[in-house]
Amino acid sequence: MAILNLYNELSTFLILGALLFGIGIYGIVTRRTLIGMLIAAELILAGASLNFMAFNRFAAADPVTGQVFTLFIMAVAAAEAAIGLSIVIAVYRHYKSIDAEDTVQLKG
Amino acid sequence: MTPTMTNPALFSVEGMVGVVFLAMVALTLTGAVIACNSVRLVRSVAGLILCFVGVAGLYFFLNSPFIAMMQILIYVGAVAVTIAFAIMLAAPEQKKKLGPMGPLAGPLGFATAALLSGSLAVLVWRTDWPVREKINDGSVKNIGIQLLTDHMMVFELISLVLLIAILGALVIARGGREG
Repeated sequence: MAILNLYNELSTFLILGALLFGIGIYGIVTRRTLIGMLIAAELILAGASLNFMAFNRFAAADPVTGQVFTLFIMAVAAAEAAIGLSIVIAVYRHYKSIDAEDTVQLKG
Repeated sequence: MTPTMTNPALFSVEGMVGVVFLAMVALTLTGAVIACNSVRLVRSVAGLILCFVGVAGLYFFLNSPFIAMMQILIYVGAVAVTIAFAIMLAAPEQKKKLGPMGPLAGPLGFATAALLSGSLAVLVWRTDWPVREKINDGSVKNIGIQLLTDHMMVFELISLVLLIAILGALVIARGGREG
């Protein structure tokens, strides 16, 4: 397989999506701070969107559906980032820390 | 589009397109690794921005310049800036070190991630994906038409979700300010 023609292969993009997903999982598992976990979650969403766009380009009959779905993923990711970061700020006000090990109680 | 099995000449148009694609792949993976491994959170956000720019380039290669532009506008322009604001508001000068949670978290996390992405990659490699005939060209005009006809309900619901998310973020971040 020619390395300069990789952009014409479906599996290139799918494997890239899988790699982004794996890096995001690694980040979520190993990160200590809540913001670091949010950043890793964004990576996972990027991997999922890349999969949708790859199937949209190479396999799907209607090349609009995947793009629309990616737009919806972006909107949901924006909402998730806004809510998650405001929760992080509220947690920081309460505990004076964003370390995931310090926030051991969820009530109050 | 039939994949050719030979490399085009490096300094032809196809060769340069391939080089740009490899650069985008490298940008994406480097940004993702920086985002998950840097010690300081600000550098992590910078890596996230790199990764998103690379993914936007990949969307460009997937025949969707509109989604590539939206990626840069929404992710780089809004989400990454929001995360940077949150870091400035909530992350003090870190007293404790930001490394992995324990001695086992790093290797076990790496093993989990490698297992997941490796098995997904093997699955991708072994599957013969069926290719269907395109029924339209996927242009911005077609996206707009389908967004307001077939996906109308989801479109409206997404705007409702965004409105509620903004209100909820305001309520959550405001509470406790007096206390």
